[in-house]
Amino acid sequence: MGVRGRVPVKSFSRPLTTKSMKDIFTLTLILSTIHLATPLVLAALGGLYSERSGVINIALEGLMLAGAFTAAAVTHYVGNPWVGLLAAIVAGILLASIHAVACISFKADQVVTGTAINILMIGVPAVLSGAFFLSSGSTPQIPKENLIPWTPVILALLLVVATYYILYYTPFGLRLRAVGENPEAADAAGINVKRIRYTGVLISGALAAIGGAYLSIGQSSLFTRNMTSGRGFIALAALIFGKWRPVQTMLACLLFGFADALSTQMQGVIDIPVQFIQMIPYVLTMVVLAGFIGLSRAPRALGIPYQKER
Amino acid sequence: MKRCPTCNRTYSDETLSFCLADGALLSASEDPQATLTLPSSQDPQETLRIPASQIPQVTQPSPSAPKTTALELRNITKRFGDVLANDHVTISVMPGTIHAIVGENGAGKSTAMRIAYGFYTADSGDIIVDGEVRDIKTPHDAIALGIGMVHQHFMLVEPMTVAENIVLGAEPGSVAGLDLKKAAAEIRALSNEFKLSVDPNATIESLSVGQQQRVELMKALYRRARLLILDEPTAVLTPQEVEEFFAILRNMREQGKTIIIITHKLSEVLAISDDVTVMRDGRVVGELKTKDTNAAELARLMVGREVLLRVEKSEAKPGDVVLSVRDFSVTARDGSRRVDKVSFDVQRGEIVGIAGVEGNGQTELIEALAGLVDPARVSGRVEYLARDITNANARTRKEQGIAHVPEDRHRRGLLLDFNLAENSILGIHYRRPAVAGLGGILLNDSGIQKRAAQVIKDFDVRPPNPELPARALSGGNQQKLIIGREFELEPKLLLVSQPTRGVDIGAIEFIHRKLVSLRDAGCAVLLVSAELEEVTALADRLLIIHEGRIVGEVDPKQATTEEIGLLMTGGKG
Amino acid sequence: MKLLRQLIFPLIAVVAAFLVGAIFVLLIGDSPVETYRQLLGNAFSWPDGIGYTLFNATPLIFTGLAVAVAFRCGLLNIGAEGQLYVASFATAWVCILFGGVVVDVFGQPVNYSIVSLPAIILIPLGCLTAIVVGALWGAIPGFLKARFGSHEVINTIMMNFIAVALVSYFTQYHYKVPGDPILETAPVGAAAHIPRLGKFIPGLPERIPLNLAFILALIACALVYIFLWRTKWGYEIRATGANPTAAEYGGINVRKQIVLAMAVSGGLAGMVGINEVMGYRYRYYDGFSDNYGFTGIAVALLGRNHPVGVIFAAILFAILSRGGIFVDAFTEHVSKDLVQVLQGTIILFVAAEAIFRGPFGRFGLLKRSKV
Repeated sequence: MGVRGRVPVKSFSRPLTTKSMKDIFTLTLILSTIHLATPLVLAALGGLYSERSGVINIALEGLMLAGAFTAAAVTHYVGNPWVGLLAAIVAGILLASIHAVACISFKADQVVTGTAINILMIGVPAVLSGAFFLSSGSTPQIPKENLIPWTPVILALLLVVATYYILYYTPFGLRLRAVGENPEAADAAGINVKRIRYTGVLISGALAAIGGAYLSIGQSSLFTRNMTSGRGFIALAALIFGKWRPVQTMLACLLFGFADALSTQMQGVIDIPVQFIQMIPYVLTMVVLAGFIGLSRAPRALGIPYQKER
Repeated sequence: MKRCPTCNRTYSDETLSFCLADGALLSASEDPQATLTLPSSQDPQETLRIPASQIPQVTQPSPSAPKTTALELRNITKRFGDVLANDHVTISVMPGTIHAIVGENGAGKSTAMRIAYGFYTADSGDIIVDGEVRDIKTPHDAIALGIGMVHQHFMLVEPMTVAENIVLGAEPGSVAGLDLKKAAAEIRALSNEFKLSVDPNATIESLSVGQQQRVELMKALYRRARLLILDEPTAVLTPQEVEEFFAILRNMREQGKTIIIITHKLSEVLAISDDVTVMRDGRVVGELKTKDTNAAELARLMVGREVLLRVEKSEAKPGDVVLSVRDFSVTARDGSRRVDKVSFDVQRGEIVGIAGVEGNGQTELIEALAGLVDPARVSGRVEYLARDITNANARTRKEQGIAHVPEDRHRRGLLLDFNLAENSILGIHYRRPAVAGLGGILLNDSGIQKRAAQVIKDFDVRPPNPELPARALSGGNQQKLIIGREFELEPKLLLVSQPTRGVDIGAIEFIHRKLVSLRDAGCAVLLVSAELEEVTALADRLLIIHEGRIVGEVDPKQATTEEIGLLMTGGKG
Repeated sequence: MKLLRQLIFPLIAVVAAFLVGAIFVLLIGDSPVETYRQLLGNAFSWPDGIGYTLFNATPLIFTGLAVAVAFRCGLLNIGAEGQLYVASFATAWVCILFGGVVVDVFGQPVNYSIVSLPAIILIPLGCLTAIVVGALWGAIPGFLKARFGSHEVINTIMMNFIAVALVSYFTQYHYKVPGDPILETAPVGAAAHIPRLGKFIPGLPERIPLNLAFILALIACALVYIFLWRTKWGYEIRATGANPTAAEYGGINVRKQIVLAMAVSGGLAGMVGINEVMGYRYRYYDGFSDNYGFTGIAVALLGRNHPVGVIFAAILFAILSRGGIFVDAFTEHVSKDLVQVLQGTIILFVAAEAIFRGPFGRFGLLKRSKV
């Protein structure tokens, strides 16, 4: 949510000081694209489960922050990134359950609630890091052997396949889609709409948190204030661009990841101020959103609380 | 064919002599004796005066009826806020019968059945299924008890396939994998058994309304429903489709299914049902055998007095042409043509009605004439008072004297969270008397209040408090507010769509009288209504629309319902 | 009675959020009582407490109004942060360009301006710049929504990042005094300074930066009220927010309203620049905003999107943001970021006010007229 504190992530592609245009388009760029797309894919898939069930999840940013902070903090204390990842998932689910309770049970405005969670997540990690690490919003460095640079990448890919299968070939997927399109019809068919929506939102918390965890204990080695720097929102845009479908969404994330990687690679090569290079992913998001939203059909019940007269 | 006199179950096996369901002696006759004690249906005024608390006793099945009901609602009461939707409602449905529940809009028919299906929970009363009191809290419970429901608004997920819709909530296969092949096979088998021809792999969006309805039936059958509740199933069907549909229902009855059909069309009750329950104002006011009653009696029970849908009006004196529509077409966003080259005129001092089955382009025609459709999606020519207004926007049209009562008052007609005063200036909020001062920028409170008071007074909007949000009004009063607002514009042309939908009887008459008086004052009126009775009663000329085309014009005083019905289905013209 | 109903939910939401915050503080290991004493207790002293609180409230009134206006049109403007940055920078730029000779950080007189305008022209010009630039920046996501239907929340967020990068570029490469270690522009001309209230109020020292922009904020509240409820434009914006299809039926150009509402919203957010540049720091200081744009969301929601409510909510959050400094300084573990936690929680409770409607609704006091 905050707009400051964007940390350029370069751990996999440290740019050389003497580079030319030719050096930009290399294997490094591809690897960098994949790495930068991974948190987006995870968060966007999370968003997919929530939004396909009919709940707007603008809280992806906050959920990612929760995952990033928890993963780094727990890994620091326990010394085991897997425990950190697991804790991040738990934190994501807990935070998402706030969104779920407010939006599903109390029919709060989904966008406002999501925004509240995002603001909350500027504060909570900062307060906790102040209390535990005596810092103003960062966790201590995690040693290199305790990082998980590749697992989330593979996990993200597997999750794309799994989500595709779940969405179209399992009863849960069928119900999820039905609830997001026409909750009344699903209700009439004997489906518990609230339960499906809760499940969708909680899954989104878990996945977005994994995405966040990857930022802090995969790509870099610590949590810094607002380290997601808008990735939750970019993931959301990718979800829209990908028409709320898993494979297309992944491709959209790769596009945004590419833009991010390119901007990282270009720094110090081309004589453009760093600020303009940093803008690329954001401008691209807006362009994509404006150009393709008309072609994309949102789940019809998206954003509408299911109100049943009793 | 043998029929059980007590439960109406029919048996094609001539050798049977006892009913398999309740052991009663079967009669060979097609006309079994009625065995239920009926409430006095001779004098409807009498029934009206029966206190609510006594009605259950009146309608309870006589002790001489020995068999088990398929479904029984006993003393069901349900309140929505201040509205008593069901007041000690008791309904008994015998197995293997088609049972009609009739009543006016808002009589409580759908509420009672939605309670039986677990969509609503009753405040008090019991639901008895196959002789046992059951606790039905959700549709899931109802489905488990063999109850299926086809809702008035289809409960289908449009982008999904027929098979996906049918199995939804009762999926074959395991948690890990959906077996849609098995489902498709089962659907085909059911489709053959009940003579419903539906392709399991088609998406719902691609189906006609009639086919969608069959998918709904299939959903219930797939869940092994023994009792089917159908809420206004024919509202969206053409007369021909209704016939086909009834054939399907009769076939289901033969197969032993019990069917409850909610309707307000008496001809259908007489055509299809075995028993009838009549509801009015949330209460059961009659329970009859169909063969022992007739349309007039049912109508009296429904309305509580002689039906008078004849509107008192004098002969129209049409003047100059106000609206002239030529080769006018409207295309939907998806590219389909909704209105197809229609041409007609509306003159001063006449009401031109447009009759047709809903969804045949009426909505799009009226919205386009009101200027609410993107000019890129219309073609042809519209002239108003000899001026071309084909591309004019809604505001310009309103300024020139075209008022519009939209068909959906919640979506279009009202700002539900705004108060009555603010609603009374919607559309004229930028000009006098709504604004004054600073060159017409500031809203003029006294002008707005005056306008609101005028509308409230002239159109009897209750409660008459301009500070109340529109949401707080009943449907009838909301409608009166909209009509009042539009009439206050002193229009030269009124476009009016479904003016009395969901409105109580008293308000209907009021609105009809107002429409006629507006006509007599020299306004041209273009009226669309799904209620054939309403358009024929009000219109001076009647155009019939089918699939976006005007397929005929009749004199509503001369034409018979059959004639109009045939045109509505594209049968002639 | 009506007023009581309007007040009760925000009050409950604040109290509930403070309770949640207290539990949070307790878990961290500090005393909630002491923490809240630091957070709230320093706000009421004269002149520092009140002076600084009102000074801190000034930008929050602007951003709160900004979010409220957009909200009345059914839009959530999360982009006030970006709008106020761009507008503040532009204000500084104009006030440098037309400000004449100034004294830079090294105490040297320098002239960056092309012409020196007198205060009577430069001050209105600076204000106008803040409003217009904010409005333009806000109108872009409005236009994108009206034209393409892309969601304003994502676009305003993206534009926040773009705005921050853009103004940081301009500051760094074009308007920084060479050698200045801080990322800030050269000072604006003295003619662009608007007076501090200490000039007019006895007992209020001029070191307290509370300035005329606060009065301007109050005027803006009145104007927003008149605009929304007393003009035909406001009617159209509110109608669009209440029911866009009905607004369309009423001859209102819904797309135009979306752009207009976002422009007005952006203009209000941009007015933060008047307080910041012309009333407080007299230069553009990169990264000055203490999340004003996001706090504006909490201010608007807590103030029920009404100008009067916005004033009170802004003062509350101003107390919190100043109190945060004392929390940082005087409590052992808790940092000022607690304020953000409270903010998020308050929004959450206001959004899901149905949580409170259950237990209290029974008594009829809180029942809505009819749902």
